[in-house]
Amino acid sequence: MIRIENLSKIFKTSNEVHALRSVSTHVEAGDIFGVIGMSGAGKSTLLRCIAQLEKPTSGAIYIEGKNITELSGKENIELRKRVGVIFQGYHLLMQRTVRDNIAFPLELSGIKKEERYKRVEELLALVGLENKADAYPSQLSGGQMQRVAIARALANNPSILLCDEPTSALDSLTTKAILKLLKDINEKLGVTVFIITHEIGVVKSICRHVAVINEGELVEQGATDEVLSNPKHHATELLLGISNIAEGGDAE
Amino acid sequence: MMEFFMEYKDMLFEGSYETLLMTFASTIFAYIIGLPLGVTMVITDAHGISPQKTLNTVLGTIINIGRSIPFVILIVAVIPLTRFIVGKAIGPVAAIVPLTIAAAPFVARMVETALQEVDPGVVEAAKTMGATNAQIALKVLLPEAVPSLIRGFSITTITLIGYSAMAGAFGAGGLGDIAIRYGHHRYQADIMWVTVVLIVVIVQAIQMCFELAAKKIDKRNK
Repeated sequence: MIRIENLSKIFKTSNEVHALRSVSTHVEAGDIFGVIGMSGAGKSTLLRCIAQLEKPTSGAIYIEGKNITELSGKENIELRKRVGVIFQGYHLLMQRTVRDNIAFPLELSGIKKEERYKRVEELLALVGLENKADAYPSQLSGGQMQRVAIARALANNPSILLCDEPTSALDSLTTKAILKLLKDINEKLGVTVFIITHEIGVVKSICRHVAVINEGELVEQGATDEVLSNPKHHATELLLGISNIAEGGDAE
Repeated sequence: MMEFFMEYKDMLFEGSYETLLMTFASTIFAYIIGLPLGVTMVITDAHGISPQKTLNTVLGTIINIGRSIPFVILIVAVIPLTRFIVGKAIGPVAAIVPLTIAAAPFVARMVETALQEVDPGVVEAAKTMGATNAQIALKVLLPEAVPSLIRGFSITTITLIGYSAMAGAFGAGGLGDIAIRYGHHRYQADIMWVTVVLIVVIVQAIQMCFELAAKKIDKRNK
């Protein structure tokens, strides 16, 4: 479904920042795949490359067999409709109602109003917000806003849902509910879910496969149980809380 | 008091009408030029959706030059253009030309600032949905910036009331003209004060109406 080959990204500011160093991985169709790493490890850059919000410096990304760095403008827009994205900060249109936020991608595709709103009703039911259709985002809680974002990302029936720290701004109870929703979507609709997170709990609760990213490199990957029960890299141990961050540091 | 009003009321009504005509007409024309200009500035910015450095720098320079020219100089400098468009260089209709030229670059910056306030994350989200640049401009940037655009519209209108009073000194008519001719040249302080009060009332009314409209339209703090 998603194949990444030797992906590198260098940000050229005053000095060169190697955000991704020759990252390679593979996500099966129907999987829930997590990428975990600390702040600044490069996980967001990885998602942004897949979502085509950043251009890779080198390497290739294949989605459904197509190299996304080589697509024409029109193919690109078609592909974007096959890939839904949700963000930590929801990124909803604040001047539109919940209904019109969810209808937005359909509006962009030029789908007729009646059809649009019919689809929105289905999506509202899917995320459990039927009674909030006419509310504005500012009237919603964080969890509700993320539900709207999920419904919006699913509007075009994508095959992949990319999630950039989807629960990092939410409390633990809401996190659980959102993760359950993502799992339901994966199971009911067969959508491949790709999650970026720094919370080990997210990986434990829903990811079938996990990749650990550290300083721009994928240091280990595999089935979640295996990676978490038998961590090979120091970064994984740190994320699991097995190892002390200030290793060899304070006498404490 | 009554006598005073009976004597001057026609003139004051006429002046108020001319001031409002000059202000609103030139505000609208300034937006016809300045709105696309401001949107282009945001789109072609280095962090915009379609960065184009040369175009952005050229437009930015033109806007800055336009904003630097003192208004009194601009009125005189554009007289040939005013004659060409309106057919004459005096009167409130003629004043619309320099007022529009003075306000357009100001409007461009107002629009630019308003659109820059839109959360870049929302623009990115639209990109991931396959929005074209035109769709991002028309369906994300402008609608999300509406409350801020309305406030900018109100600032522009009020600034133009001040400018129109200045234009009054060059035969544009309006309340500014009355204040100068009666108050300054003929030492009729009472008329000058009445015109000043009228201008203040107009400014207050515009400010209140637009602020109310912006608050009513904004869905961010409901």
